[in-house]
This record gives sequence, structure tokens and C-alpha cells, in this order.
Amino acid sequence: MIAALDRGLRQIGHAVVEGVWKLGAAARFSWLVLIRSGECGRRPQLTLNEIYFTGTLSLIIIIVSGLFVGLVLGLQGYETLKRYGSAEALGTLVALALVRELGPVVSALLFASRAGSAITAKIGIMKATEQLSAMEMMAVDPFARVLSPIFWGGVISMPLLAAIFSALGVFGGYLIGVVIIGVDSGAFWSQMQANVDLREDILNGVIKSGVFGVAVTLIALFEGYDAPPTAEGVSYAVTRTVVTSALVVLALDFVLTSFMFTGV
Amino acid sequence: MSADSLVELRDVEFRYDARPVLTGIDMAIGRGKVVAIMGLSGSGKTTILRLIGGQLSPSRGSISVDGQRIQHLSHRELFALRRRMGMLFQFGALFTDYTVFDNVAFPLREHTRLPEPMIRDLVMMKLNAVGLRGAAELKPEALSGGMARRVALARAIALDPMLIMYDEPFTGLDPISTGVIANLIRRLNDALGATSIVVTHDVEESFKIVDYIYFVSAGVIVAHGPPESLRRSAQPFVHQFVHGDTDGPVPFHYPAPGYADDLGLGRRP
Repeated sequence: MIAALDRGLRQIGHAVVEGVWKLGAAARFSWLVLIRSGECGRRPQLTLNEIYFTGTLSLIIIIVSGLFVGLVLGLQGYETLKRYGSAEALGTLVALALVRELGPVVSALLFASRAGSAITAKIGIMKATEQLSAMEMMAVDPFARVLSPIFWGGVISMPLLAAIFSALGVFGGYLIGVVIIGVDSGAFWSQMQANVDLREDILNGVIKSGVFGVAVTLIALFEGYDAPPTAEGVSYAVTRTVVTSALVVLALDFVLTSFMFTGV
Repeated sequence: MSADSLVELRDVEFRYDARPVLTGIDMAIGRGKVVAIMGLSGSGKTTILRLIGGQLSPSRGSISVDGQRIQHLSHRELFALRRRMGMLFQFGALFTDYTVFDNVAFPLREHTRLPEPMIRDLVMMKLNAVGLRGAAELKPEALSGGMARRVALARAIALDPMLIMYDEPFTGLDPISTGVIANLIRRLNDALGATSIVVTHDVEESFKIVDYIYFVSAGVIVAHGPPESLRRSAQPFVHQFVHGDTDGPVPFHYPAPGYADDLGLGRRP
């Protein structure tokens, strides 16, 4: 009985120590990624390449998902608003839902599964095959040359992807609401224009997606860098990137929302 | 440090967590020499290379390369020193996104401001030195193990280093490729006026090309000397290693409880 208790306590202690250690390693890693960012300023091409890999190549999934989310919002929103006789407010509903919440959150989740997983796999395999070590031995700092450009590429791409997602979503809502169901086009757009605030809604949405971009890209980079150099190690790291990113994005969304939109 | 030594290790100890990996390592590697570090897998040979390259720090002792104490260098100074070192990793560690040409051009593009036509000429000269000029446009996945290592060698010598380190350059290669790599190690060392350290367990090839050998076993240097004297050595470990005997001080079995006990044939209660 006492032995079992002892074992249990040890396991809890071990898990806590491991967790704290990993958190410390992640913080140190993030710090290094940030302070070695000078090379990105001197050689913008490095970051531009990463924007292509993380941003441009994620466009298809973002565009298609944004459009479908907008289509669904248009249908569901119209059904609900019609009951209260305010179907013209559909434009406002679709736009606010997208720029405040769905745009940043859903595109961050898609970004984590498309680009985050690719980043983790790439860094994990580069480490396992000693490519990062080889770079170090060639006097090229992998943080400055590889990791920081990926980080800034992700941070820049994420708000752009969220904006594209929201824009396509609004277009989807327009297609369903105005073109197919027949809500008045003027009311759809003018109500949206009157009720969506640049600072309160759009800017806050952009801040959210920027924070999600930082979180998802850092998680993806750290999990790849920290992965054991085996096939199994890299595959677990990719899974952890997607799961941790999703949880962190949702938790951060709650925190940010409670700061941004209380009392509005 | 003596004037003719490029690399010196003095009483170096390295621990991984609490486990000692290397203890009391003393080495002096003369300029212009090709030196082998030999020993069984897991005896700490590669760790020595990583200590010399500054990728690991010793728990005790000092390591100097060209008169500079590795542990005392700042990040910037260490990177400046590494520009004068080349390292060949066990499986080449080529950048898989890049072509052979871009792999070899990588250190030149990162560390020099040479115009592209000059980089092209230099890369072609390095590739020609390893016999792979014709493979310049291939991707690493299209290369055999021996070719990949030759490309990695061309990349390691791109900046004409003073010190070239080889981590198990012969592992997993056919006899022809092994001979080619061994020849290249000697030829490039002499042509570049460099110094080479080869970590290996291949007795036949390395004895033909090296000037001096250190034998490492369980983290300590058990013997050292030129190849001829080690070939004649009567020291049990060296004799067993050089001649590949199955019987000797290195046991065939990993430590285990009694065989009869494991099979359940021991004393029954």
C-alpha cells in the first residue's frame, strides 16, 4: 500500500519536473529564436521563402474552408434572424462572427494542421539526419538561418491567412444570403459597414491571429527541435504540434476575448 | 601546447548526466597529420569530435585548436574558428532540399561575398576533386551512400579548412567506395595542407592512410602510436581489435544474469 503510494507520488513528481523542465527549455528556445532574428532583417529573402511555404501553400485549404464556413453561416444565420424579422442583419452577423472569432481561430487551427505539422516534420528530420549539426559545424547558426525565418514567416502569414479566410467567409455569406435566398444586397452591405468597427472588431481580430501565429509557429518549431531523432519520435512530435496548438489557440482565444470584448 | 600540434586535449573528462563518457583523455594532433581515433561503437569516439568542434563542452580539462581554448570562446569566436574546420558526418548530413551543387555552394554563399560565377567555378573544382562534377544537378536522394559522403566531403572542404574531421566515413560502404574515400582523405589532406582526424573502426583502410592512431575503449585511451607499432602490439585489447579476434578482453556478451537462471534452470526453491 505504502509502496504503491510512494510509486504514485514519484510518478507525479517526475511528471511535474519533466513538465517544468520542458517549459523552461521551450522558453529558452523561443528566446533564442527571437534574439537570433537579425539575419531575417539582413536577408529578407529567407523569410519570404518561408512565407511561401507556410502561407502561400496554405491558401487552398484556407480559401475553401473560409468559403464553406461563410456558406454555412449564411444559411444558419438567415434561419435564425428570419424568426425575429431581421434578416437584413445577416451581413453584420456573418462579418462579426468571422472577423472576431471564426476567422482567427479556425484559420489558426487549419494553419497548425497544414503548416505547423510540416514545420515540425521538417525540423525534426533535419535534426535527426544531422543537417542542423552540419550547419552548426559549417559556422552557420541554425537558429538564425533556419528557425527564425520560419518563425517570422509564420507570424506574418497567419494574420494574412485569417484575413483571407474572413473575406472568403463574408463572400460565402453573401452568396447564400443575397444571391440565393434574396436578402437585400444594399441592407446586407450597409448594415455590415455600420456595425463592424475597425478598431474594436477588425484590429482585435488581427491581434488575435498574430498571437495565434506566434504560438502555433513556436510550438511547431520547438516540437520539431525537441523531437527524438527517430521515425517514431518525429511522428509523435507532429501529433503533439497539432494537439498542443489546438488547445493553446482555444485557451488563448478565451483569454484574449475576455480582455478585448468585455463591456462592448 | 607544442608548436606543431594543431589540436590538443589535456585531461579531458566528459559526463552525460552523471554517466562518465570520457575520462583523462590526452591527445596531441600534429599539423599536417592524418590521425585516427579507433574503438568499439559507443566508446566515446564521436564525442571527442564533438568536443573538438565545440558542439559539446568538457566537464573537466582543456581542448585547444590552433592555440585557442574552445571552452573560453564566445559564440562569435567559436563560429569564426569553425569556418576553418570541416566535418564529414557519418551519413553525409546533406541538405535534402538542395541539389549537390547547392549543398557544396552553401558554405561559400554563407561566408563569402563571391560573385555567383566564381562560386560556380569553386564548387565545380571541389566536386571534381571528389570525382562528382557530373552529379552537380542531382538531388541527395539520387545518390548512393558513397557518393553522398563524397559530396559531403566536397562541402566540408569548400572553404579550404585547416582541420577536417571525419565521423565514421567508411560505415556501410562497399569495398570500392571505402577505398575511394580512404584515398580521398589522405590525398585531400596533403593537397590542402590540412590536418585530419578520422573516427573509425575500420582497421584495414585506416591503417593504410593514417600517420597515428589513438585507441579508445570505455572512455579512456588504451593505446596510441603509429600504425606499424600498433599492428605488432601485444596489448590484449589492441591485438583483439586489430586482428578482429572474437576472444579477448572485449567480451562477446553484454552483461547479463546467469544463463541457466534466465532459462529457469537454476536452483529451484
